[in-house]
Amino acid sequence: MTPLLSVPVAADFVAPTVDYVAVLPMLIVFGAAIVAVLVEAFAPRASRFSIQVGVALVGLIAALGAVGKLIVDGTRVETAGIPAADGTLAASIVIDGPAIFLQGTILALSILAVLTMTERSTDGGAFTPQASAVPGSPGEGAARRVGLVQSEVFPLMLFSVGGMLMFPASNDLLTMFVALEVFSLPLYLLCGLARRRRLLSQEASLKYFLLGAFSSAFFLYGAALLYGFAESVRLADIAAAITGTGRPAVVGQDGLLLLGIALLAVGLLFKVGAAPFHIWTPDVYQGAPTPVTGFMAACTKVAAFGAMLRVVYVALPGARWDFMPALWGVAILTMVVGSVIAIVQTDVKRMLAYSSIAHAGFLMTGVLAIDKIGISGVLFYLFVYGFTTIGAFALVSLVRDAGEDGVGGEATHLSQWAGLGKRHPMAAGAFTLFLLAMAGIPLTSGFMGKYAVFSAAVSNGAWVLALIGVLASAVAAFFYVRVIVLMYFSEPSGSASVVATPGVGTLFAILLSVVVTIVLGIAPTVLFGPAEAASLFLP
Amino acid sequence: MSASWVVVGAVAAGGVLFFTLGMLANRLLRPSAPNPEKLTTYESGVDPVGRGWSQTQVRYYLYAFLYVVFAVDAVYLFPWAVVLAELGWVGVIEMGIFLGILAVGLLHAWRRGALRWTP
Repeated sequence: MTPLLSVPVAADFVAPTVDYVAVLPMLIVFGAAIVAVLVEAFAPRASRFSIQVGVALVGLIAALGAVGKLIVDGTRVETAGIPAADGTLAASIVIDGPAIFLQGTILALSILAVLTMTERSTDGGAFTPQASAVPGSPGEGAARRVGLVQSEVFPLMLFSVGGMLMFPASNDLLTMFVALEVFSLPLYLLCGLARRRRLLSQEASLKYFLLGAFSSAFFLYGAALLYGFAESVRLADIAAAITGTGRPAVVGQDGLLLLGIALLAVGLLFKVGAAPFHIWTPDVYQGAPTPVTGFMAACTKVAAFGAMLRVVYVALPGARWDFMPALWGVAILTMVVGSVIAIVQTDVKRMLAYSSIAHAGFLMTGVLAIDKIGISGVLFYLFVYGFTTIGAFALVSLVRDAGEDGVGGEATHLSQWAGLGKRHPMAAGAFTLFLLAMAGIPLTSGFMGKYAVFSAAVSNGAWVLALIGVLASAVAAFFYVRVIVLMYFSEPSGSASVVATPGVGTLFAILLSVVVTIVLGIAPTVLFGPAEAASLFLP
Repeated sequence: MSASWVVVGAVAAGGVLFFTLGMLANRLLRPSAPNPEKLTTYESGVDPVGRGWSQTQVRYYLYAFLYVVFAVDAVYLFPWAVVLAELGWVGVIEMGIFLGILAVGLLHAWRRGALRWTP
């Protein structure tokens, strides 16, 4: 019997080497988050909000610059590569093509999200003056009159972005789990900070937290079982163990592998909001402050699909015939559920939530192509979908109840959107463009995204998925067009609504989203090239 | 591989069967003596106070939260101390950065008044 404590710990310990240039984007974002925590503690209350915005924007833009440097040095990363044996941070992080592409996407989208969060010209902003005040209490009213503002939003958001950058770049399941928690926990909090309808917002926060914690547990259990199978949490080692070329000769442990994959998949599918793990999506999207919803809908999806791509393509290619049928079922169910249930929604935020579920299904058809063009299709789709979503939610935050004392809360009921096209042609026009892009109408970026993932599916024999995807898109087009018809061809009924004059941040976010949607619809090769060049995972 | 799915199914079915049989055997063998005392919440032998849904003083939560700062310190300090000799000064600096980051959290809590018991 070997004594437990005689395990040689120090002998085979090797200090990890760190490629600081490769992880610089993450370091910058986390560093900015820590600075923001200090700002929150020490900056005077009057200037705190503007300092926080500055720190967040500078941090994110600097990180985007660092990603840009990685892209310029691309050859170093992609061909020379970071060898899996002694990669960055003991191979827990791998900065390969997809990681760089996704990190760039997440950073660009989160810059826009920060800009929409800075909006304070309408109704004092989207966030509650004091999150700890009981809704409807005198304390809340006092906090509002004093003009307090919950500027913790920005450090929380920065930590979340840092985790999202890490999630698709993690090379082992434990790092992936840490990243999952780092980006999820701040999101749970952010969801509960809405200024209006605070009980709904807090309910959303609690639901998201409980279900998210549950799904994290699934993920962790799956990781544990896969460790039992492969004796390693490293994705490449798991892949080697599946094909039988790994260090331990694994025989007869397929039960561990299959259960591990299943539980891991539950954790990931929850985060992307795929049916039947989508139940949280509409409630959370509706309850969360609208800029946070936009951030969550765009960036979480990018990060989670990035991680899913990496798990499927790096760790599990050898087991694809075991899990593919199940994921096919999930993809079909997700497309159908998202498209069909969205039809009966009367709240624009819930409708967009179900639409995001349908989009998760479309994205999964690209993931399931198990091919290089599948990866590039998904990368392209995530980029264009992210911009469309941020723009759409930014516009939702501008359409307001016309209260007796000026601008009221958000008018999210669809009936309040009737006739918006006549009164506010610019806003209605932009929203129409986003809806058309989500529906996948040609000459918008959404069409090219759908074309990319469906053609990838078809060319790899998954034409059934593509067919169902096209049919689901047709169903989905119905409710997108219904909103357009409502805006342009219906007389306003019910309570009136106005479009608030946007601040500089929101205006810039919407305009950039419009430009991206149009340009990538007309000239998709601008992004297809980089997406294709980036679509190679390093093990 | 499809045989292993059978194993998965068998394990699941076995689990359900084990639970059902256990509860069934329990029901058949045990004497039945209903008593309202048995339906009350068991709280270390003390009679329960109040209802099941009661609010907890949020301050305890804050302290539990701050405890995490020190717990995380300890979790990483011990394995670090074992290999410190090999890491050298770089290791000391890195741990300093790590502790500094955790200290930022504590600093924030202190500045926001989370360390005062009375508001």
